[in-house]
Amino acid sequence: MSPDLQLFFQQLLNGLTIGMVYALIALGYTMVYGVLQLINFAHGEVFMVGGYLALTAVALTVSMGLGLPAWVLVLFVFLFAMAGASLLGAGIERLAYRPLRGSPRLTALISAIGMSFVLQNAVMLLYGTKEQVMPDILPHWQADLAGVTVSLVQVLIFVSSVLLMVLLELFVKKTRTGKAMRATAENPEAASLMGISVHGVIRSTFVLGSALAAMGGTLFAMNYGSVNFHDGYLAGIKAFTAAVFGGIGSIPGAMLGGILLGVFEGFCAGYISSEWKDVFAFGLLVTLLLFRPSGILGENVPEKV
Amino acid sequence: MRLSYSRQVPLFLLPFALIPLVDQNTYHLDVLTSVGIYVLLAMGLNVAVGLTGLLNLGYAAFFGIGAYAYALANLHWGWPFWMGLPLAGLVSMLFGFLIGMPSIRVRGDYLAITTLGFGEITRIAFNNLDAWTGGPNGLLGIARPVFFGYKFSVNPTPYFYLVLVLIALTAFLLFRLCDSKIGRALVAIREDELAASCMGVPALHVKLVAFGISSFIAGIAGAVFASKQTIVTPDSFDFVLSVLLLAMVVLGGMGNIWGAALGALALGVLPELLRGFATYRMLIFGGLMILMMIFRPQGLLGKKEAASGTS
Repeated sequence: MSPDLQLFFQQLLNGLTIGMVYALIALGYTMVYGVLQLINFAHGEVFMVGGYLALTAVALTVSMGLGLPAWVLVLFVFLFAMAGASLLGAGIERLAYRPLRGSPRLTALISAIGMSFVLQNAVMLLYGTKEQVMPDILPHWQADLAGVTVSLVQVLIFVSSVLLMVLLELFVKKTRTGKAMRATAENPEAASLMGISVHGVIRSTFVLGSALAAMGGTLFAMNYGSVNFHDGYLAGIKAFTAAVFGGIGSIPGAMLGGILLGVFEGFCAGYISSEWKDVFAFGLLVTLLLFRPSGILGENVPEKV
Repeated sequence: MRLSYSRQVPLFLLPFALIPLVDQNTYHLDVLTSVGIYVLLAMGLNVAVGLTGLLNLGYAAFFGIGAYAYALANLHWGWPFWMGLPLAGLVSMLFGFLIGMPSIRVRGDYLAITTLGFGEITRIAFNNLDAWTGGPNGLLGIARPVFFGYKFSVNPTPYFYLVLVLIALTAFLLFRLCDSKIGRALVAIREDELAASCMGVPALHVKLVAFGISSFIAGIAGAVFASKQTIVTPDSFDFVLSVLLLAMVVLGGMGNIWGAALGALALGVLPELLRGFATYRMLIFGGLMILMMIFRPQGLLGKKEAASGTS
């Protein structure tokens, strides 16, 4: 393969990798927006906490001296991070959003911003301001496909993200809770008249979204080898961009938006300038909100009286 | 009896004017001057967030644009402070219009995220446009004001009075604004935009005016900040500052002019009073924002009507 093509495919692969992570976070934004019409500003921090939980899980197994085989360890780290973040998500919803049900949108958004700062600073106080090293839990392995390197972590990111997205799609389409979620997103009042516990549905939405974000945080930490309490803000904004890109409220939209944003960013960084990389993402966000707030797959809903 | 605002302004601000006579500690005055700049900013942000219900999450950028505008005019064209001050306000207002014009159409929470995006783009631009802004190192050697031959120096006292006069002027003009046709239109839009526009309020136009006034005040505050620090760097104008200012407005009372000032005073002075508090500062401010939204969304001094905001 010519070097030009090699660069192209390497950037595409890197973009797809980070895009998968964005997609995992974006799913939480889009699901919460679907049922509550709330931009859950604290969602990026849940992603960041997921990374720290993964780190803690690794530290736990090391301190207990368990010589677990790699795949058991990875599975344990995933489950630990997802379970911890689910609890956190349910807690955030209960403390910061439930009391504001029925208040104006901006009130809930300000509360969400407050929650985001609380989480960020709580993690900073607990773990310190320095970035923490995430130990390698996977064996070193990488494949060389005609000059394009693929690492084991990247393979894991693809396999686990796709698996989770398929599971989520099945959950939302096939289970009772999933059906209740769709009904609540469609019309909360009618849903509650049909005997659906709207509070319960909202809680499960937060639990699911937080688990997915924590998975994203874990994969992100494994890919970059470190976690930082600052990471949640930027990743959160980008994942929100991805959710809007795909059409907020739409689950396939969030997946598509995440992947497209990752690839877009990868190419911008690779071919134009990495210093301005974040400006491309923010620029895309602003352009989308101004000109096509319904995104690619979203429907255009006019404001109701 | 309610005091008219022309009495309220001197009544509330005169006690502060006496502080330098009693307390000559430069450190105290320096802190109070910085808090005064926060008060100006909170009053300005309040015009958009509190009065009109436009949540601006990129307000620090307008403060930054004002600071850089004065710094550049001073360094390249030798403009003195008193010419740079209105320039900073106008440049910031111009950017306010430029950003406001397209984004003011989008719905409440989307507008918040749009302004956040613009704020971040501005900060990254300050960081990367090395040729004009000096990049991460910023701009150095910005001139201090000269007032009828009196040269401002490191001594914070003259800055303290400068900021106090600006606060008095801003408060007075904002009270005038609130009592005017535009002021009532702003509140009407915050309460119910659809109803207001049905009653003939030109909503887009009026929202743009609010956005412009708000960014003008930020620009003025930016010029004062630049002349006081004599250096501007991009990291002074980050998202944390935008949220801090929002917390001040939320605490004091959305839509209330003295409320915003009180919020800024409280959140500005508290970290200085409680030394151990510094590390927990943002944690507590974040928690405060949640608690205020749940228990007293109208803020400490806000009126009940201010609680509803826009959808």
